[in-house]
Amino acid sequence: MSEFRLPLGEWVSLLVNWLQDDGSGIFEAIGTVVETFSGGIEDGLSAVPVWLFIGAVAALGLWRKGWAFAGFCVLAFGVIVTTGFWDQTVETLALIISATVISLLMGVPLGIWSASSKRVETIVRPTLDFMQTMPAFVYLIPAAMLFGLGRVPGVLATVIFSMPPAVRLTALGIRQVNKEQVEAGISFGCTPAQLLFKVQIPGAMPSILAGVNQTIMMALSMVIIASMVGAGGLGNDVLAGISRLDVGLGFESGLGVVLLAIMLDRLTESFGERRAKRPKRGS
Amino acid sequence: MEVVSEAQAPDTVSGEEGRVRSGAAAEDKLVVRNLYKIFGNRPEVALQMLREGRDKDEILKETGQVVGVRDASFTVKKGEIFVIMGLSGSGKSTLIRLLNRLIEPSAGEVVVDGVNVAAMSKSKLLEMRRHDMSMVFQSFALLPQRTVLDNAAFGLEVRGVARDERERRAMEVLDQVGLASFAKSYPAQLSGGMQQRVGLARALASNPSIMLMDEAFSALDPLRRTEMQDVLVNLQREHSRTVIFVSHDLDEALRIGDRICIMEGGRVVQVGTSDDILERPADDYVRAFFRGVDVSKYMTAGTVAQKEQVTIFDRPEELVGGIHAALERLRLYDRDYGFVLDQHQKVLGVVSVESLIRCRETGAHRLRDALLPELGATVPSSLPIEDLIRIVVASPCPLPVVDENGRYVGAVTKTVLLTKLSKGVAP
Ligand SMILES: Nc1ncnc2c1ncn2[C@@H]1O[C@H](COP(=O)(O)OP(=O)(O)OP(=O)(O)O)[C@@H](O)[C@H]1O
Ligand SMILES: [Mg+2]
Repeated sequence: MSEFRLPLGEWVSLLVNWLQDDGSGIFEAIGTVVETFSGGIEDGLSAVPVWLFIGAVAALGLWRKGWAFAGFCVLAFGVIVTTGFWDQTVETLALIISATVISLLMGVPLGIWSASSKRVETIVRPTLDFMQTMPAFVYLIPAAMLFGLGRVPGVLATVIFSMPPAVRLTALGIRQVNKEQVEAGISFGCTPAQLLFKVQIPGAMPSILAGVNQTIMMALSMVIIASMVGAGGLGNDVLAGISRLDVGLGFESGLGVVLLAIMLDRLTESFGERRAKRPKRGS
Repeated sequence: MEVVSEAQAPDTVSGEEGRVRSGAAAEDKLVVRNLYKIFGNRPEVALQMLREGRDKDEILKETGQVVGVRDASFTVKKGEIFVIMGLSGSGKSTLIRLLNRLIEPSAGEVVVDGVNVAAMSKSKLLEMRRHDMSMVFQSFALLPQRTVLDNAAFGLEVRGVARDERERRAMEVLDQVGLASFAKSYPAQLSGGMQQRVGLARALASNPSIMLMDEAFSALDPLRRTEMQDVLVNLQREHSRTVIFVSHDLDEALRIGDRICIMEGGRVVQVGTSDDILERPADDYVRAFFRGVDVSKYMTAGTVAQKEQVTIFDRPEELVGGIHAALERLRLYDRDYGFVLDQHQKVLGVVSVESLIRCRETGAHRLRDALLPELGATVPSSLPIEDLIRIVVASPCPLPVVDENGRYVGAVTKTVLLTKLSKGVAP
């Protein structure tokens, strides 16, 4: 056995160090933008009175899924409020929303681009595989090194972790748009932009919305982990539960995560369903 | 775009030979010259091999390039329905997509109203697609998230027509195809036939002079298909649009096609009217194609008429001797009946040996006196054979066939008809 060891890890930390030294201006700028954005969302959400918030979600649930689901939402929030996790839940929700919005803003255009270009796709695909299979914790290290502790590295690590499904499902959806529909678009004289917005994106919408749903769910799971770098929210309580071996605390905060997940999942999923189904409804 | 001129077009392809049903002096609307499509990354190599006379399979095996269309040349007249036929994989869809450049040609020209589409700039091409050429698809290709009205207005929307104006125009065309009351429905709520009417309306909305239709009615059941063919033919005749229609359905081609173009392995093997192709198939492929067709459904009196009968001109100055001359000619050709024509080739009637002899004996001089009043009905050359059979069987003498101006084109006898039919059905 040779004693040679490939110093891959050293190279990566060298790279991160170099980024830290020479790119600090850029990272500071990014950090400020992300901080302002996610901070704004959190402030906005926590400014809403609890009863109004619950009422709004219940109304949304009623519209999308019906009475049973609306009732479930009220009950779920009731549990969260009465176990004393309301503030953390709002904080987590703000993290999820800001990470998801950033993921989609980058992921959807990237998906569209890689659907239209073979070359882009050959680069994007393995990158996404890498991003998705790398253990989620690992992103936290460079994120924390580059952006310090707090909300910003949490959001950015979450963005990286949750973006792949948005890219993938957008690209898939665009590529799967009926070939003759695309030909129809071209044959009636669409410019590439018209084709994209009038034919391809509407045609890919069910798939794009499925991507949105998955991105949200991945963001939720990552946001909990991101509390390790001080992102805050329900993750803090989960972590505390683990470190203090406090089963009760772990269960209560974990339950909050589960309830939030169910509501987010069903609600976002319902938008995708409706899109796909609408034309089939009788008039 | 390079034009490949070395390669010779097969001599059976002569777009000019066909007749156009709807107008005498029809102009050329679309001319395709030596058009090629090679699928693959090295079309030049494949083109070179084609010029050397190698065939499609060899080229695929050696270079991996697929020959989609090779050396297609034909002319489509203004206002005609031009049907492209061929077996699966013969290149029909590729050819029709080369016409509006949904597929980029590898070589050759597509000339529409004198302008070469294959060499057009992107913006000119966009203009042409928006104003002059529209397309109808096999799977309808409607946009499912749009209402019927918005689908019909699609082309106009792309063109930037204001909402009010485009919806007004879309309603107009929906009305033409009988779907005005479904304007607010979604495509998935309609039957296949209705969806394709929307497809047709969408294509008509921009008032194009050329419509491309790729197996547009193939997904419909036979009843709907016939109905849609009628809708198409009516709309097309009204505005004398030029329609290029891909079909693999022989019945459809023969029913609506003014002329038919037969493709095999990417080549155009024959272009002509249905009569031309049924009567004179260019090769065994075309013949095999039409085997099993009930020819009697598509042949007309004009197709089977022959000029073997004796015709006699009724010249006014020839007052004396006309009867003798006529008798003499009938004897010479060993016929019982003869047709009397005027100087414009119009059929005046039929004379028989008996009627001529009777005339001679009574001392009448004029041929007209010998005409048999009970015979001498003419049949138009466009009369379908099915109807002709009944008349021929009932007639004791050959039937004179006349064209639309009443001029004599030939005659049909029982023998001629039977021979033609047996030849047509089993070539
Ligand atoms: N994009 C493509 N890439 C490679 N080969 C193609 C492509 N499109 C068509 N071909 C090939 O070109 C040939 C002609 O295909 P085309 O679709 O024009 O046939 P078709 O006559 O329309 O057949 P069908 O009746 O099945 O629709 C076939 O051999 C097909 O495999
Ligand atoms: Mg086809």
